[in-house]
Amino acid sequence: MSLLLTLSGVNTFYDRLHVLKGASLHVNEGEIVALLGANGAGKTTTLRTVCGLLRPASGQVSFAGQSIVGRSPEALVRLGITQVPEGRQIFGPLSVQDNLLLGAYGRGRRAQRTEVPGDLARVFELFPVLAERRHERGGSLSGGQQQMLAMGRALMARPRLLLLDEPCLGLAPLVARQIMETIVALRAQGTTILLVEQNARAALRIADRGYVMETGKVVLEGTSEELVRNKDVRRAYLGKDYDEV
Amino acid sequence: MAAIYNPRYETIAREELQQLQLERLQATINRCYKNVPFYRRRLEALGMEPEDFQSLDDLRQLPFTTKQDLRDSYPYDLVALPLREVVRFHLSSGTTGSPTVIAYTANDLAHWTELVARNLVAGEITREDVVQIFFGYGLFSGGFGLHQGAEAIGASVLPVSEAELPQQVKIMQDFRSTALIGMPSYALAIAEAMEAAGVDANSLSLRVGLFGAEPWSEERRQAIEERLHIRAYDIYGLSEMGGPGVSGECPERCGLHLAEDHYLVEVVDPATGEPLPEGEEGELVFTTLTKEALPLLRYRSGDLSALDSAPCACGRTVARMRRVCCRTDDMVIIHGINVFPADVATVLASFPEVSEHFQLVVEQVGVLDELEVRVELAPQFFSDTIRGLEGLEQEIADKIRANLGVGVAVKLVEPKTIERSIGKAKRVLDLRDKE
Repeated sequence: MSLLLTLSGVNTFYDRLHVLKGASLHVNEGEIVALLGANGAGKTTTLRTVCGLLRPASGQVSFAGQSIVGRSPEALVRLGITQVPEGRQIFGPLSVQDNLLLGAYGRGRRAQRTEVPGDLARVFELFPVLAERRHERGGSLSGGQQQMLAMGRALMARPRLLLLDEPCLGLAPLVARQIMETIVALRAQGTTILLVEQNARAALRIADRGYVMETGKVVLEGTSEELVRNKDVRRAYLGKDYDEV
Repeated sequence: MAAIYNPRYETIAREELQQLQLERLQATINRCYKNVPFYRRRLEALGMEPEDFQSLDDLRQLPFTTKQDLRDSYPYDLVALPLREVVRFHLSSGTTGSPTVIAYTANDLAHWTELVARNLVAGEITREDVVQIFFGYGLFSGGFGLHQGAEAIGASVLPVSEAELPQQVKIMQDFRSTALIGMPSYALAIAEAMEAAGVDANSLSLRVGLFGAEPWSEERRQAIEERLHIRAYDIYGLSEMGGPGVSGECPERCGLHLAEDHYLVEVVDPATGEPLPEGEEGELVFTTLTKEALPLLRYRSGDLSALDSAPCACGRTVARMRRVCCRTDDMVIIHGINVFPADVATVLASFPEVSEHFQLVVEQVGVLDELEVRVELAPQFFSDTIRGLEGLEQEIADKIRANLGVGVAVKLVEPKTIERSIGKAKRVLDLRDKE
């Protein structure tokens, strides 16, 4: 296994608010890694630091062996890092298909002609419902379908590393399960995944490893199996009562 | 190529290992700060916060944790979790006066089992083996530790523990044991008992042995291999790090492979505490990276060794430590019990008849290691009768046994007959394996 993404001793601020406090974590090629923690623990900040929306004040962030600190989000998409933000952020007035094509915006003109049609077909294969509704407005889709659209759009950039921020937020359990199954299928096709998810149980079911964050720091690293066995994790994130564990 | 139990971590790229170590170190420090008042006070005294540790080298700013710190915190003060999350305790072998405690969560036990399994597989033990374990089962971590690992790899385990020698030999014959695990001195005692009973090693099924919990020389390894017709491997652990499983030899036998994904290992100058460059001999200092119940930062082991992180021909990429042959503090291990000269001195101080000049002599009597305490009579008591002296010797020996848990022979000697040395007293005379 080889390192794809590495953060070591990363400090990130929002203005003067110190959010990531020397955080370190890594994702190996082909892994699904879950980032767990309460609201405000620094999970989303971690993703925003990786995809270039925030610049760390200090520390190392490297991707496939090279430092990516200071690179723009567009440059990072070209390098292979794509984020699916929390709340989907799709373009409501645009059609489903146009939303997807926007995901391939950064790819060269030649690729637009030779590769993009095939990629679009693959996304439709992954999410048949998007194919059915390809000409409808993105805003008319249900929450679950919008999440699929956001993921499909990210895949159009052919990412090596997909950052997912709360992909199941507000979705019905059945739809959430479908999204999780899709994530597993994506990994099987070779995409590496860093997943932030409130539903720790669902996340640990599909992840290889995970990190537990508290107040901008990692307090626990381990395989999903180990994290599920940890009683702090069970109480804090798996909804177990004190009496149960 | 020989088998590797967990190739994912035992052959990990050094770069990924260092990243993993940093992540786990930070997580450990964060949890220590949050849950262990002892470590929180230490960091606060230095004016540091957990986020100040942003590289592996930053660890060097922390003071060491010592055996004394563990004794002072007996029994629960260093435990980082509520007791309801602890599923097991072990106590360090050694003095009964001030033992040290190790606590385990379910995850700690699972890790421990895996690390011992790594050592067993490195030592050529497989699921086909009938494994006879003669480490003690009880508060001492050796028996349980090896037992769990051997079961995990699917071997057939005989938990013979500290049974009498003839019974060890009988079980070895009846069950056709193929692997022996225990203390090297005890392996030799079994060989002796076997020979005394007229049992030919060729008639046994023994193939391999894993030995540890006390330092043993290459001469002793050769003796064990020749007398028992096995290949003998060295395993290493210390109760403070959870027991066995810290490192073990592979068939290359060029050092013991460390579980570096679970322990961060430094080698420091025992006098100054300064880190030494790789390859130089110094004191091993351990930091736990995955322990939940009892994380320890920079624990001074007292064991002298040197590290080598060059890849091994066996395929493992984790660093190797040289076999431990000596200690920094003159601790001697007798029948698996740690004996510190300072504790002997405390007992002797309660007898006005003897002076403060004493020496511990470790000898091989037959195949067993015996400890003799030689102590000078105080000048004013020198003229006592022989009978009185014998009674005093027995009295001192009894008190040492009561306080330290180890049987010794006491020999009173004339004043000024024990060699004086400048500086640190040479407390231990080790006559084992010497021609």
